[in-house]
Amino acid sequence: MAAVKSHEEHAVIVETGHYALVLALALAIVQGLAPLVGAIRRDGELMAMAQPAAVMQFLLVAFSFGALTYSYVTSDFSVTNVFENSHSLKPLIYKISGVWGNHEGSMLLWVLILAAFGATVALFSRGMPDDLRALVLAVQSWIAAAFLLFVLLTSNPFARLDPAPIDGRDLNPLLQDPGLAIHPPLLYIGYVGFSITFSFALAALISGRIDAAWARYIRPWTLGAWVFLTLGIAMGSYWAYYTLGWGGFWFWDPVENASLLPWLAGTALLHSAAVMEKRDALKIWTIFLAILAFSLSLLGTFLVRSGVLTSVHSFASDPQRGIFILAILVFFIGGSLALFAFRASALKPGGIFAPVSREGALVLNNLLLTTSCATVFIGTLYPLALEAVTGEKISVGAPFFNLTFGPLFIPILLAMPIGQMLAWKRGDLLGAAQRLVLATALGVVGTLVLYALRGGDVVPAVLAGLAIYLTIGSFVEIAGRLSGAPSASAVLARALGLPRSAWGAAFAHAGVGLTLFGLAATGWGVERIVSVKPGEAVSAGPYEVVIMSIAPREGPNYNELVAHTQIREGGRVIAEIDPSRRSFTTRTMVRTEAGIVTLGLGQVYMNIADVRVDGAIDLRLYWKPYVALIWIGALVMALGGLLSMSDRRLRIGIAKRAAAHVQTAAAE
Amino acid sequence: MTRKGRRLTLIAAALAVIGVAIGLALFAFRDGVVFFVTPTELAAKTAELRPNARMRIGGLVLPGSVQKADERHVSFAITDNQTEVKVTYTGLLPDLFREGQGVVAEGQLINGVFRADSVLAKHDEKYMPREVADSLKQQGVWNDGSGKKP
Repeated sequence: MAAVKSHEEHAVIVETGHYALVLALALAIVQGLAPLVGAIRRDGELMAMAQPAAVMQFLLVAFSFGALTYSYVTSDFSVTNVFENSHSLKPLIYKISGVWGNHEGSMLLWVLILAAFGATVALFSRGMPDDLRALVLAVQSWIAAAFLLFVLLTSNPFARLDPAPIDGRDLNPLLQDPGLAIHPPLLYIGYVGFSITFSFALAALISGRIDAAWARYIRPWTLGAWVFLTLGIAMGSYWAYYTLGWGGFWFWDPVENASLLPWLAGTALLHSAAVMEKRDALKIWTIFLAILAFSLSLLGTFLVRSGVLTSVHSFASDPQRGIFILAILVFFIGGSLALFAFRASALKPGGIFAPVSREGALVLNNLLLTTSCATVFIGTLYPLALEAVTGEKISVGAPFFNLTFGPLFIPILLAMPIGQMLAWKRGDLLGAAQRLVLATALGVVGTLVLYALRGGDVVPAVLAGLAIYLTIGSFVEIAGRLSGAPSASAVLARALGLPRSAWGAAFAHAGVGLTLFGLAATGWGVERIVSVKPGEAVSAGPYEVVIMSIAPREGPNYNELVAHTQIREGGRVIAEIDPSRRSFTTRTMVRTEAGIVTLGLGQVYMNIADVRVDGAIDLRLYWKPYVALIWIGALVMALGGLLSMSDRRLRIGIAKRAAAHVQTAAAE
Repeated sequence: MTRKGRRLTLIAAALAVIGVAIGLALFAFRDGVVFFVTPTELAAKTAELRPNARMRIGGLVLPGSVQKADERHVSFAITDNQTEVKVTYTGLLPDLFREGQGVVAEGQLINGVFRADSVLAKHDEKYMPREVADSLKQQGVWNDGSGKKP
């Protein structure tokens, strides 16, 4: 009796979740229209609808998402989506992450984040002009309406099965991993965060007004999206590194490129918005980049979600979803670019500057970032286009991207510290170069020392030297501002008094340097494929690796063969790892679990294959010096973004008061 | 510098960067692009291939063809149920490598034997490299692994 009752309760929750989504769609359409009409007619009451509507929309979608999560946690297999992607024996965390480990659920997460951003704008925009806020929330709601329609018509996560199966099919074992549990939310917050800057750009184009204050409004949103996208990309790359089993962290795979494209455009946007905020210049370009960043986010969603990457043919044979997202893509990208073409000329051009100046450096940054973004775009989409047109199948691999993206990115790395040093309006290139003498010298010495110590190819040493120059050079500007203070406490006082955005830029740039060092150091790694018996020692770089025992072990929904292994240095045991091979019972699939240990900044990485008849085991063993810097650098970049976000001048709500001072700031 | 002069500087810089990018892309397309062929296509094209041309071949691992000379040197045959190609590979095979399963090998054809330097383990959610799934579907021998027709 009790079981029947709980079954009915489940049904009520699932159906209410579905219904909440329908209500959210209806509300989104109203929110997309009423404030827009209000802003055009200057009707305060219509405009005022936007805020409560945005908050309500978020609550409805959140309820719906909660209902789906509840079905997963309680293993309600009457929901098709839960049946296909969950299993009653799965650990709780993967029951929850299973919600977005599939197409339908991940699109619902997308919409949830979209609505959350809309609600945040509604709640934290007191200082903003009413019509701007109304327009931003209206545009945001068009996007929400389009995706809600997509979820409800083609990807309904609440579809039911009758009778309910006894148990589910389980989540793809590759996805049962803590890294992949948090990777999609991070990435989606990044992708969808650019929807806000997109909405701001369209609002500016509709109203025809744009000024330095606008650049201040969008800065926290751009930074926030950028921080999450940075973390999401880093997380995805670390996941690939430790699960896919051969120690690679970036494959120039279309799915990875799909996240890199908005990151590059977003990075360019951050920098051009800085010019606009300080100098009232590059307005049209900034608007364009805001449109571009979100368009590339949409493109990424399309590439990953339409099935077009799995196969051009599966896209053609199951066209519903793909065509729908393509239609959304065409509508928003085409519509916004058309609006841009018609209205951009109405925006007044801003201040002028000399080619050698902070603005000039930032223009160069934008030029190189967007061009490198274009080469990644071409390399990613050309195979798809070729296959669709001629049927020929090609793959554009790492060599293409290394040869195009690499040379375009190196000038950016060289110019980063110089750009920080140039003054606004008119800079002194020679002076900037002189102040970087120390950083340059350290970079050159670093290259020579590392080349002498490590030998081998010269490229890793040169890149590592560039990384040293970049990391140190990032702080030279701040060091210059602190030098000359009479005492240590005065230095500290000055350091705390500097704008947080200056610290943010320094840390973000230094993070790029750290990542570059980690990338360069891959050239010094050791890779060995050997066959050993338990007790035999194998060397991996400076360490010795010994398998102590090979034994089976049982997990919650898998069985595994574990090679208990010691890492020794000079005979002393310094770490132990347990690489294993897991057989998942429900999907009859094998997954290798790498054994990884971080020693200093490097890692020993080990994978095992099957045990052979003679008792030996094949293993793949790596020593990867400084590899951790790749992801530590990304964390430092994100930290820089957060520091910049916390800058007093940029806090949401303070923007309006600060805007009054823009003229004085620009005159400084 | 006048406003016009500045604008010209900017345009010249933009054109220079874009020109370099196009040059790099065209250059990189010559070596960075790898064609995918089935064993049958490979057999038909052998005569017209550039020497040392890199390519990917995909199909099923022919049951009974896997031979391990020692721990790391493996040879096997890839078949599309019409033609077979002998493949040699040095290294550890991916987890999902099994006889009768789909596989993609990347490398060069040398004296009629395909010398692979990578055997792909990256699979879509159906655990099948997409090119293989496509070519198998075209020949009507597609099996999604769960024993059911898709």
